[in-house]
Amino acid sequence: MNASAVFKNRSLPYLLIAPQIAVTLAFFIWPAAMAVFQSLLREDPFGLATEFIGLANYVDVLEDPRYLDTVIRSCVLAVVVTAGAMATALVLATMADGVGRGSGVYKTLLIWPYAVAPALAGVLWFLIFNPSIGVVGRGLNRLGVVWNPALDGTQAFVLIVVAAAWKQISYNFVFFLAGLQTIPRAVIEAAAIDGAGPGRRFFTIVLPLLGPTTFFLLVVNLVYAFFETFAVIHATTRGGPNSATETLVFKVFNDGFVGLDLGGSAAQSVILMALVGGLTALQFHFLDRKGAR
Amino acid sequence: MKLLKTFAAVLLGSACFSAPALAATEIQWWHAMGGELGEKLNSIADGFNKQQSDYKVVPVYKGTYPETMTGAIAAFRAHQAPAIVQVFEVGTATMMAAKGAVYPVYKLMADTKQPFDPKAYLPAVTGYYTDSKGNMLSLPFNSSTPVMYVNKDAFKKAGLNPDQPPKTWPEMETAAKALQKAGTACGFTTGWPSWVQIENFSAWNNLPIGTKENGIAGLDTKLTINSPAHVKHIADLATWQKSKIFDYGGRASDAAPKFYSGECGMYMNTSAAYAGIKANVKFDFGVAPMPYAPDVTKEPQNSIIGGASLWVLNGRPTAEYEGVAKFFNYLSSPEVQADWHQFSGYLPITKAAYELTRRQGFYDKNPGTDVSIKEITNKAPTANSKGLRFGNFAQIRDIIEGELESVFAGKADAKTALDSAVERADKLLRSFEKANQG
Repeated sequence: MNASAVFKNRSLPYLLIAPQIAVTLAFFIWPAAMAVFQSLLREDPFGLATEFIGLANYVDVLEDPRYLDTVIRSCVLAVVVTAGAMATALVLATMADGVGRGSGVYKTLLIWPYAVAPALAGVLWFLIFNPSIGVVGRGLNRLGVVWNPALDGTQAFVLIVVAAAWKQISYNFVFFLAGLQTIPRAVIEAAAIDGAGPGRRFFTIVLPLLGPTTFFLLVVNLVYAFFETFAVIHATTRGGPNSATETLVFKVFNDGFVGLDLGGSAAQSVILMALVGGLTALQFHFLDRKGAR
Repeated sequence: MKLLKTFAAVLLGSACFSAPALAATEIQWWHAMGGELGEKLNSIADGFNKQQSDYKVVPVYKGTYPETMTGAIAAFRAHQAPAIVQVFEVGTATMMAAKGAVYPVYKLMADTKQPFDPKAYLPAVTGYYTDSKGNMLSLPFNSSTPVMYVNKDAFKKAGLNPDQPPKTWPEMETAAKALQKAGTACGFTTGWPSWVQIENFSAWNNLPIGTKENGIAGLDTKLTINSPAHVKHIADLATWQKSKIFDYGGRASDAAPKFYSGECGMYMNTSAAYAGIKANVKFDFGVAPMPYAPDVTKEPQNSIIGGASLWVLNGRPTAEYEGVAKFFNYLSSPEVQADWHQFSGYLPITKAAYELTRRQGFYDKNPGTDVSIKEITNKAPTANSKGLRFGNFAQIRDIIEGELESVFAGKADAKTALDSAVERADKLLRSFEKANQG
C-alpha cells in the first residue's frame, strides 16, 4: 500500500499532529532546554546574580566520587527491584493460572497492592519494620537481630527494595497472568503426553512463549525502579542513612529543591536525561528486532 | 434556563458579599505549618483580620520548609512573590544574601512608621536574624531549642532521682547504665542529630561551630566541628551506641518512638516536641536542660535556636507593606505571643510574652516548659553561642548527619568522619561565597 495516498491534503497531517508537537515542545523540549541552559550557570537561588561558568557544574558533579556511588547504587536498586518484582510475580501468576475454584478472589487480592501509592507503600513497610513500634521490627530485635534501618544502610536499602518491589508485583502479575492465558493448552498437554514434567514444560514452553510479555515488563520495571522509587525514598529514608538509599533522581531533587543548588542539580538532570535517552534508544532497538522477527 | 438563573443569582450574590472584602488589601502569608500548628496559625491571622478591616492576611500552607522556601523563590522569580514567607533557620544565610529580594523588617517598620522596639525582643532569639550592625532582618515566628526529656517512671524504677536528671555527659553515662540495669533497653536517644549533637553541643559548651563567629561575621567561614572536643563527644556517642547507652533513631524527629515506647529513658530534642510527647506517652515525664561537657567548660553557656522566621519579600504594591508592618506588630504583641508559646512549645519572641506567661501561672501548671527559655538566656551569648549563619546549610547539615551516621554505624571513626564533614562542607561554603560575593 502506498502510504502517501492516505492524505490528499499536504498540510492536514501536520495540522493533526500539531497539538502533540505543541505539548511536547511546551512540556518537554522547553524545560529540557532550560535545564541545559541552567546547568551552565552559577546562580543564587533568587536569580539576582548569574554567572556563566561553562561546564564547571558538570566537572563538579563528575569529579565527586559520591556521584559515581549514586550511579552504581541506582543501577543496583533498579536491577534488584526489577528482578525481585518480576520473579515473584511470575511464580504467583503461574500458581494463579492453575487455580480452579475461587481464582477470582485470589487474583483480586494479588492485584490489590497496585492501588497503593508508592509513598504510602514505603511508609507502610517502614512502620511494620520500625524497630520501636513495628511488628516485624520489634520481633527481629527480640530475636537478637540488631535491626535499625535508621543507622544500618544495608537494612534501609533492603526495605526500600522490598517496598518498591511489593507494589510492582501486582502490576507484573496481571501481565504475566494474561500472557499465560494466551498460551494454548494443547501445546502444554502435548508436551505432557510426551512425558515432560511440570518444570520442563515451564522452562521449554511457557517461558519462551512469555518472551514478549517478559521483555515489555522488563522495560516498564526498570523505568519504575529508576524513577518512581523516588516517592518511596522521599517518604521514608530521604536518602539516608549516610546516603545509603540516595538514587540519582533523589539527588537531583535534594540538591535542587532542598539545597537550592540549581546549576549542579540541572547538570545532574541533564546527565540523567542522556542516560534515559540511551536506555530508550536501546529498548527501541531491541523492540524493533523483536517486531521484525 | 433555570440553571442559568441560579447561576446569575449566585454570581450576583457573591459579588455583593465579596464587595467589602475587596476593599481590604490582601496579604499573602506562605507558611509550612501543617496539622494543629497550621490551624493555630490560621486563627492568629483571623484574629488580626477581625481586629481591623483595611487588611486581610491570607495564610497559605505550602508544604514542608524546603517546599515553602523553594516555592517562594520560584514565585519571586516569576514576579508573583507572596508578601510574607516563613523560612526555616538553615535558609537564613540564603535569604540574607538575597538583598534585592528581601525587604528587611527594621526597614519596613521605619518606612511605614510603625512603632518598633528591637529591644523588646529576646536577643537570643533575634540574634539569629540580625545583621552585624544589629538590624533585625526577619521576624522570628517559631523558634525552639533542644532540651532533654526524661522518663520519670523509668528513673524511679532504676533508683534514680527523677527530679535531678543528669547535668553532664559523664552523669548521662552513669544514669543510662542504671536505667539499663533496671530493664530500660536504651539510655538515651536524640532528634535532629546535627542541630542537637553538633550545633547546640558547641554553643552549650561555648565551642565555635565555624570561624568568623559561626559565619555571622563573613562568608569566608570554615567549619570547626572537627576540634578535639567535638571528636571526643561523637566518639563517645559511637562507643555508647554499641551497648545501647545511646541508640540512634534517625534524623529530624524520627527517634521519637524510641522515647514514646519506653525503649529509651532519655530523649534530647526540640522544646517544641513537648506537646507531641504529652499526647503520646503513658508515663510521667520531665524536662531538663541539655547535659554539658565538664572537661570543656565549667558551666554551660547558652543554647541556640532552630525553627523559622518570617521574611518580607520585595515586589508587592506599597499598600500591602503597611499591612504587613501592622500585622507584625499584632504578631509581636504579648497576648498573641504568649498564646502561641503556650500552645506550641515554641519560644516566646518578646520578654513581655514570657512575663505574661509566667504571671498566668503557665510554667507552674506545666513544669519544664520554661527550660527552653532558661537555656537560651542562661548567659550573655558569646561569639560561639549567638547563632550560626552558613550558606548552603541545608546541604551541609545533610553532610554532617550522613557522616555522623557512618560513625554510629561503626563504619568510620569520629575524627575521620568529622574531618571529612568539614572538608565537604567547605566546598559548599566556598561555592556560596562565590555566588554571593557581588
